[in-house]
Parts: sequence; C-alpha cells; structure tokens
Amino acid sequence: MPSWPALVSQAFNGLALGALLALVSSGLTIILGTLGVLNFAHGALFAVGAYVAFVILQYTSSFVLALLGCCGVMLLLGILLERVIIRLFYDRPDEDQILVTYGIGIVLVECLRAAFGGNAQRVPVPSWGRGATQLGFLIYPTYRLQLIAIIAMLLLGLYLVLYRTSVGLVVRAGIENPAMVGILGINVRRAFLLVFAVGVVAVGLAGMLYAPVVAVTPDMGANFMAQSFVVIVLGGLGSFPGAVVGGLIAGEIISLTSAFNSSYSEVMLYALMALLLVLRPQGLFGSEGRV
Amino acid sequence: MKRVRPGGLRACLPEFAVLVTLVAAPVVLPHAGFSTDLLTRVLNWGLIGLGFDILFGLTGLLSFGQAAFYGAGGFVTAYLLVSGTLGSVWLALAAGTLAAGVFGLMVGWLAVRRIGIYFTMITLAFGQMAYFVENSPLSKYTGGENGLPGVPVPVIGFGQHAIRISAGMPMYVLFAGIFFIGYVLARRIVRSPVGAVLKAIKQNTGRVAMLGHNVPAYKLAAFVIAALYAGLAGGLLGSFQSYMPPDAFSLETSGQLVVQTIVGGAGTLIGPAVGAAVWLWLRDNLQLIPGLATLWKLVLGIAFIVLVIGLRRGICGEIFHWWNERRDLAALRAAEARTAAIEATGDGVAVEPEHQAVDVTLPLAAPATGNSDIALEARSLARHYGGLKAVDGVSFKVRRGSIHAVIGPNGAGKSTLFKMLLDEVSPSSGEVLLFGDRVTGAGVSRAAQLGIAKSNQLNQLFLNLPVRSNLRIAALARRRGPLRLDLLRPADSLPEVEQQVDAILKLLDLAERADTAVHILAYGEKRRLEIGMALATSPNVLLLDEPLAGMSPHERVATCAFIRDIARTRTIVIVEHDLDAIFGLAERITVLYEGRLLADGSPDEIRRNQAVQDAYLGGLHAHEPA
Repeated sequence: MPSWPALVSQAFNGLALGALLALVSSGLTIILGTLGVLNFAHGALFAVGAYVAFVILQYTSSFVLALLGCCGVMLLLGILLERVIIRLFYDRPDEDQILVTYGIGIVLVECLRAAFGGNAQRVPVPSWGRGATQLGFLIYPTYRLQLIAIIAMLLLGLYLVLYRTSVGLVVRAGIENPAMVGILGINVRRAFLLVFAVGVVAVGLAGMLYAPVVAVTPDMGANFMAQSFVVIVLGGLGSFPGAVVGGLIAGEIISLTSAFNSSYSEVMLYALMALLLVLRPQGLFGSEGRV
Repeated sequence: MKRVRPGGLRACLPEFAVLVTLVAAPVVLPHAGFSTDLLTRVLNWGLIGLGFDILFGLTGLLSFGQAAFYGAGGFVTAYLLVSGTLGSVWLALAAGTLAAGVFGLMVGWLAVRRIGIYFTMITLAFGQMAYFVENSPLSKYTGGENGLPGVPVPVIGFGQHAIRISAGMPMYVLFAGIFFIGYVLARRIVRSPVGAVLKAIKQNTGRVAMLGHNVPAYKLAAFVIAALYAGLAGGLLGSFQSYMPPDAFSLETSGQLVVQTIVGGAGTLIGPAVGAAVWLWLRDNLQLIPGLATLWKLVLGIAFIVLVIGLRRGICGEIFHWWNERRDLAALRAAEARTAAIEATGDGVAVEPEHQAVDVTLPLAAPATGNSDIALEARSLARHYGGLKAVDGVSFKVRRGSIHAVIGPNGAGKSTLFKMLLDEVSPSSGEVLLFGDRVTGAGVSRAAQLGIAKSNQLNQLFLNLPVRSNLRIAALARRRGPLRLDLLRPADSLPEVEQQVDAILKLLDLAERADTAVHILAYGEKRRLEIGMALATSPNVLLLDEPLAGMSPHERVATCAFIRDIARTRTIVIVEHDLDAIFGLAERITVLYEGRLLADGSPDEIRRNQAVQDAYLGGLHAHEPA
C-alpha cells in the first residue's frame, strides 16, 4: 500500500495526464462526431505539434510565441488535409476513411523522421514553469500544474465555442444528425472544414504542451492515439463532455494503478474498456442511437 | 438449363499458379533484390495475411489488432520451447496457434458485437492491451522488452535421421509449404458455405440475419480463423529468426499488415503476401540508396494514400478485376442490353393470357410446426418511440394457408407492425406467436429459422453477387440452420440447396439471369428476386411488404398470380397500397389507423365498413365526439 502523499501525487499526475487525454480526445471526438471520420492520423498530429514547439523554442525562448505558432501551423495543416484529402472521403465507407487517415499518419511521421531524425529531442520547460511548487504536504513540479491550468482554459474555450456560438450549434447539430442539418439549408461541409481544423489544432496543442515533459520522437503519438480511442469509447462516440470526463477517468486509472503496480497501469485502462463494452456499449455520455 | 460449373482443373488454377510462384521465387527473384530470407519473411506476413483477408477482404471487418494474435501465438510457442516445456517445435507451434485462437475467441466475442469504427477501435485497443500485458505483467515469461532469444528450429524425423531445418533455403521450403497449405485451406474456406455467408455479410449484414443466419457467430468464426493464421505465423517467426521479438505485439505490426493488404489487394488472399513483398523490398532496397535510406517508408506511405484514393482494389485486385472484366465483357454487355430492353418496354415478364396455376412445392421443406389452425397471432402489439405510438395495442390472427392483408393510410404503423412480426423490431409490449411458439424476443434470425420470412419494401439484395448466389445464401439458411462451420465443402455442393435455387429461379422467371450480378437487373426483376429471397428459405409464413411497389401493370398482374400460387402451400401476410390488388387477393383484411386496429374482417366486410371508408377519405375526426 503506497503512502498517502505518494497517492495524492499520483492523483495529480493522473489529473495532468487526464487533462492531456481530454484535449487529445476532444479533438478526435468532434471530428468523429461531425464528419463521421475516425482520424487515425491523430497520433501523428500530436507529434507534429510537439515538433513545432521544438523548432520554435530552439529559436526563441517565448512559450507564448510557440503556442501561437503551433496554433497557426496546425490550423493550416488541418485546412490543407481537409481540402486535399479528407474531403474526398466523406461519401466513402468507414474503413476507407480509416485507411486514408492511417496513411496520412504514416506520411506525417516519416516526414518528421526525415526532417529531425529518429532520435529523441528535448524541449525545455518554459522559464516560468521551472522548479516545484509546495502544495501543503506535497511538492509538485510547477509546469505540470500549469499544464493542467492551460489545458483547462483551452477546453473551456472549446466548450464556449461549441456551446455558446452559432457555429458551435451547427457543429453540435451536425453531431446529432448531419443529414438533417443539410436539409435545413446549412452548408455542413463548410462546418466540416472548421471542425477538422479545430480538432487538429486541439491535438497539436496537446502535443506541444506535453513536449517539455517527455522525449519528443516521431512515434510519440501512437500510444496517445490508442488511449484516446479508449477515452472516446468510454465517453461515448462524438460526445465532447464524454471526451473530457473520459479523459480524466482514463488519466486517473493509469496513474493510480501505477501507484500500486506500475506494470498494470495501461492494462487496467483497456480492461475497463472491455468491461464497459459489455455493460454499457454506448459509453458514459453516448446515446444508443449514435452507436 | 445449363449450369456453369468450372471443371476441376480450371477451378484449381489459382492454387497451381501459387505453387509455381512459390517454386520459382527463390530461383528468379534473388536477381531482383529478394534474398531467400526476405522471401521467407514475405511468406510469414503472407500467412497472417491469409487469415486477415478472410476477416477484412471477405467479411469486411477491419481489425487493427492482429498483432495481438501474432504475438500471442509467437510467444506461447517460443516460451514452451525456450523453457523446455515442450521438446517438439511442431507441438509448440500447434499449442501457440491454438492459444492465439482461444485469445481470438475472447477478443472476438467482445469485438463482433460492434460494427464499423467501433470494431476497429476495439481491436486496436485489445492489440495495445496485449502489448502491455506482454511487456510488464508477463515479462517474467516473455522477457518483456528483450523478447525471447534462443527459439529452436523445427526438426523432421527422429534420432539419427533427424533433419534440422536450418536458416536459408530449408527454412524457405518449410514456410513455402506451410503457406501453400494455408492458401489452399483459405481458398476452401472462401468457397465454402461459410465463405458465401461471410461475403454476404460484407454486403448486407441485416439481410443475412433476416434470412436466418447467426451473423455474430459467423463473424466470430472469421475472427478466430484470422487469429489462428496469425498465431501460426507468429510461432514460425520465432523459429525462423531464433528469437521472438516483443514488437510482434506492436501497433506497428497490425498497421503494417493492414497497409500490405491494401497495397496487395484485399479479398484476393494472395494480396497481403504481394503487399508484404512490396513493403519489404522497398525497405531493404531503398535503404541501400544513399539519401533514400530514411525515406523508404515515406515513399510507401504516399503510395498507400494514392492507392486508397484511386486504386482501392490494390495491385492483385486491380489485375484480377481487369482480367475478369475482359473475360466476362461479352456476358456483361448482353446482360446490360437485356436490362435496357426490359426497362424500355416497362415489362420484366412474358404476358400470359391465361395464367396456369402452379404449385409452389420447394425441395427444401419448411420447418415443422404445430398443427394449430392459426399460423400467426399478434397479441396486443405496441411499439412506442418516445411519445410517438407507432403501433398501439394491435391484435389479430392469421389463419393457416390464407392470404391476410394489412392495410391503412400512410403512417398507420403497417411497416413497424410488420417488423415486429418477425422480431426485426422488438415490441414495447405484446407478443407474436408463430403456430403457438413465441417469436418475440428471439431475434430476427431465430424467427427466420422458425419459419417466418419477409420480402422488404426496399430491396435488400446482395448487389454484387449473381442472382444464383443471392438465392443460395437464403436456401443455405434453411438447409444448414443458423450456424454450421462446414469450412471445407464447396458452397454449391449441397444438392437440395441447388435444387431449391433452381426451383425458385424457375418460379421467378429468372433462370436466364442466374449468373448475372444483381445490380445489373431491371427494377422489376429485383423486386421479384426480393420476394424470391424470402421464399427460398421455405418459410411457413411469408410476409410481403409492398410487393407491388413500383411495378408496371403487367408485372402487377403477374406478381399477384405468383402470390396466389405461393399461397396454395403457405401462409401469406401482405402490406400493400394497391387496394384493388388487395381486395382481389386477400381472404381477410386487417385495417390499421394511427397505430390502432380499426377493423378486421373479410374483404366484403371491410369494403362496407364506414370507419374504414372515412379513414381513407380523410380522417375520422368528423365522427369523434365534439
């Protein structure tokens, strides 16, 4: 039985990981919900975000600049991918969409490998995030706390866009019933472009924010993608609140299990998913009809 | 009618071609940059690919978790050998393959409940789970990140005369032999009744279930077959390189298999091996070119995207498609010309001035029933969608051997009621009895096995299969029951099934079109085939949902005569908007209005019923108390 401070510290780790998974998964889930495309390039886009941070922070030391730069690059990349490739696949079967995005993932990862090599790169922690913070009886790395705060703000922003703007209304309606939105005379395809780009920005920012904590490699996103699949199955396909709550649950499961026995941390996550599929296949926030 | 059954030798052409290629490859291909070891690896990938193609190419289930079974088979085999539990490599291979199959059964049981995107995500997640299980909790047995070194090679014979199958050519011969056996088996499976059902599942899962096949069980069978192939390949991998690597379990492995299959051509069985040859050749040969060393996978990735966008059939698929198209072009043109002719005259049937009543006796017997006089009974059936009461407490009885019509204005709940009769939609309350047996709650494929079949308002046919194959899928369900794993018998080798198909073809006047793909048929022909599909299951009770919709006047007359013929031997329930036809056909009519039963009686009674007239002439409201 681990000590209480160790458990609390793991709970914070779980929160940080969970917040990250929530951001990654919300990008995945709004794309899936609106466009109907399961984006298998999501892991590669995570890595692209991390490398953008790596490049920008090599030349400047401004984290804010890196954040803005990352937004811009991911937005452009998202628009480019949607216009050139994804657009051709809306009317094709699910598996074709999966295959083509998987192919995009391979190409992106290999571009990163060609440009930066396969070795791990380090991205510095921003100057204001160095050191540790005293939290009562526990000392915790400052950057991880800030990570949680930044991601919370980003998710809040995404929430406001989705739930408080007319564009968000179209997107949410599109998740429920894309055909009906089209019948009402709204150009769904234009919303698709926006949603895809926003989803790509979300996952790119996740990669960028996580870069200072881990080794940056071209393949770094693969495991995050697999975990975010679990998250959206947990939360219900296409559900934004489901992705956020599911992400936090997944993060805590991984972290708290590893406080007891680290070798089971990932296994537990997938075991939970198996259980949920049997008991509640539509996920926590999904409705049966969407499955 | 002449049945086209290819002769024994012609039918074995693919096997022969694969055999020749396997023999010639180590002689010819080394000059093109394929070393013997590379060829062995290609065959190892090709072996997993054979199973994967049955799952993906044939059944249409895209799994991103095949690495789980490749790794499971590999590590079980390797552990049994390295730990000294088993001395014989052959036994260890068998154990590993079996272990992968059992693992496949467990994962598949969860995965096949879901379709499309869900299925893919679940398989991927279980693949990752297997990877982490290998890596940490089981690392004591599997060596964790280090894998298991020192896996022995197989030995043939005993004692003094034993031959060790060493690396290089002997290993290639072993792999080639196993691949060939695996290929022959896979071909048998594809051509078996199970293969026919799997192919149909890919095209229209719902219809396969409605005909009486146990769809989840067949999907699970395909899943386990794929896992067995992967497990065997994994076991062989350890022996081949005397080392079992942990990355056999990785997501990369599953992804590589998918890419190779698409590149080589899904649904061709040898496609995955061809794709593997492309992948491994690029990797080994582009690496030798300075400047391209790291770019081989980028090249491959771009090529993959282009293939998915434009040449979805893959290398072998495009070649076979071109070949078949060229071969069948004349027949295709003739079939299309006939369709055009039928559609130009608006008639699909020869006009018979005097229709001779035909007894519809089918070679396959209908399921045995109780001897009750009531064939089908609905007891206060209701189906509510939220606040909408689509059907609200409807009861009626259908007498055995009669034609019973259900009519009502649009939105009366006829289609929902119909779907509940064969448990396609489960009622909110109430039940359906078929000769006294409860159908409700059994599920649509069980209902079909009990002897109730439906032809749909909108055609649900297997469009890319020939007419004969469509009917065969239906007849197989009656002959073989909900599930039977007769993997090695040819699909067309059941005499009663073929007689059944021939009989239906004759009844439908589609004998000449037996080998035409359904999507080429004229509309009227498709409608007739839709009825024929239901009839081919030899049902006791046949439900016809708007059988006359969209037919020309001639076709209507012919179809009505056909329905009357069918009714001489079985019970028919019919929903139809053409009231003239209904009053001519039906012995009893049930009228629905706004989800409720409005009237039930003989055609004369219904014709005179004031409430029915009002319902059809614009609503009952005039008679409702103010």
